[in-house]
Amino acid sequence: MDNRSWKGWLYLLPALCFLGAFLVYPLMDVFIYSVEEGYNSASQTYFGVGLYNFSYVLHDTYFLQALKNTFILVIITVPLSTGIALLISAALASVRKLRELFQTVFFLPYVTNTLAVGLVFMILFKKTPYSDGLMNLLLGLFGAGPVDFIDGPYWAKMFVLCFYTVWVVMPFKILILTSALASVSQTYYNAARVDGTGRLRMFTKITLPMISPSIFYLVITGFIGAFKAYSDAVALFGTDLNAAGMNTIVGYVYDMLYGNSGGYPSYASAAAIVLFVIVLTITCINLLVSRKHVHYV
Amino acid sequence: MKVELQHLTKIFPSRDKKGKDVVAVSDFTFSIPDGELIGLLGPSGCGKSTTLYMLSGLEKPTGGKIFFGDDDVTDLPAENRGVGLVFQNYALYPHLTVEQNIRFPLENRKGVGKLTKAQIAEKVLEAAKLVQIDGLLHRKPSELSGGQQQRVAIARALVKMPKVLLLDEPLSNLDARLRLQTREEIRRIQKKTGITTVFVTHDQEEAMSISDRIVVMCAGVLQQIGKPQEVYDDPVNLFVAKFLGTPPINMFRGRVEGEQLFIGGDAVLRVPGVRDGVVSVGIRPEGFIPEEDGPLLCKLHNVEVMGRDVSIVAENDAAEAPLIRAIIQSDTRLNRQADTVRFRLKPHKVLLFEPETGARLRFGEEERHG
Repeated sequence: MDNRSWKGWLYLLPALCFLGAFLVYPLMDVFIYSVEEGYNSASQTYFGVGLYNFSYVLHDTYFLQALKNTFILVIITVPLSTGIALLISAALASVRKLRELFQTVFFLPYVTNTLAVGLVFMILFKKTPYSDGLMNLLLGLFGAGPVDFIDGPYWAKMFVLCFYTVWVVMPFKILILTSALASVSQTYYNAARVDGTGRLRMFTKITLPMISPSIFYLVITGFIGAFKAYSDAVALFGTDLNAAGMNTIVGYVYDMLYGNSGGYPSYASAAAIVLFVIVLTITCINLLVSRKHVHYV
Repeated sequence: MKVELQHLTKIFPSRDKKGKDVVAVSDFTFSIPDGELIGLLGPSGCGKSTTLYMLSGLEKPTGGKIFFGDDDVTDLPAENRGVGLVFQNYALYPHLTVEQNIRFPLENRKGVGKLTKAQIAEKVLEAAKLVQIDGLLHRKPSELSGGQQQRVAIARALVKMPKVLLLDEPLSNLDARLRLQTREEIRRIQKKTGITTVFVTHDQEEAMSISDRIVVMCAGVLQQIGKPQEVYDDPVNLFVAKFLGTPPINMFRGRVEGEQLFIGGDAVLRVPGVRDGVVSVGIRPEGFIPEEDGPLLCKLHNVEVMGRDVSIVAENDAAEAPLIRAIIQSDTRLNRQADTVRFRLKPHKVLLFEPETGARLRFGEEERHG
């Protein structure tokens, strides 16, 4: 090792120490827990090493429900929120008057507490013996019957969860996309106009490729964020998510550690590893897809 | 396609309510004959780019009309105007290859004008060959040099066979050598295609060298239109005289007494037809002839040899700039060790102006043209 690279590693050392202590070590630890069968946290003992924890988790109906919920959440909210954010940002970019006001309004949810927002959503959607909630009032106007969104059928609860998630993640996406759109030089649009380009074609052939790195960033972080969803579900349906049938993978991990039926760090670790593998796979697929469609200039 | 501007005016409203509106282009009237190359020339901020953008349809004029041939295109949006525009920074789409960039305008066509893939490919290749970039079709703009990007931009503007080709400071991003080369190239392409072309520049040498006609602008107002040599030899005012020519025209404070022009104490030239009074005198660098008994006496500063010709740098108390510059042929005999130098002046290289307004004062017209 020559002198220079030795110095380089020295400079990296503080960061490496922190990464090692708080990222690599816990990750390895979780992996070790996940293969220790019958681990008891009080006595720090276990029977043996194997894949039983994974088998248990993957056969647990609560986990499978959580897996299903999480996947539905991801598949619906990531494209939807990114798409809507793109539309809103594009609209924001084309208005002159009151643009700042709109930007503030759209950004407000970002600085609002998740649980407080969840409470508001609950009030909007919850059906109580005294009131059907605002949403049901609106539905009633269109002749649709009252639906209990919070304690009612599965699709209704999933709808509220998706709605809520999209609403919560939107501000950040709008923020990123607005700045991305603003960074596209007007001369490209001028050039396209002079060449007789239609509006839609201008958007798909110029705007989208030019802001593709930002969109890609949002999709990747969106996927990861949605896979790790938990607090949103708690805000809407309370802490007993298994009973509500609205648990998520992270929720399942939490329950296995600290919930009423908790105290199983091995199962929790196995579930966490499963989540890790899923997120890793999806991110790799994203990276592969992006090679063709994302243009870094 | 003949292009005609009638009383074209563009006023940009001020940002705040108290500020004054900015008149970028004021009452601009001129017409461009079919197939000519016109150089719009002026210092930055004089409204030449605004004029170009109004021609392209990207800016809407505040007043006046624009005609392409017999068609009034004033209210026609840029999309339907059928012009080709080359931007100062080229505005090549960075995510598309050279070929895709050139193809872009053709793919916009719909309905009757829609082209088949084979037709598009053929036209793209034709345009690429015209600007000699057919070997670079699969590169991205970032992999090209400035000059190559410039050619791609021209190819993209030409591929749809525009009625009018507009170039906004097309050479300003190129280095000196490439600039010379490219301006010849633009001239060649323009002659070959015969497309009426307007190009904007602040570089008078550039405009003079390739334009059929130059249009000199200042502060939104049209100063003079004409063939480059005519405008150079016969500027209508002080601004045009000062703006054209490298090295620039030498300015002196002078006065006229009895049809005789004085610079300092020297009676340098007879100026028939000019009234007595103070005048601004402009003398082109090539208007000085060093002579033992020449009337204009200057202190010799130094002599610069540039091969083909020699530049005499001298001082004169009546000059507006500290140094004046005369260009003479290198075979002219000159005593370089002398402290002073005397010049005779070529009458047609001496231009007189009203000191306040800068308006041209003409003298001896009948003599000169007779």
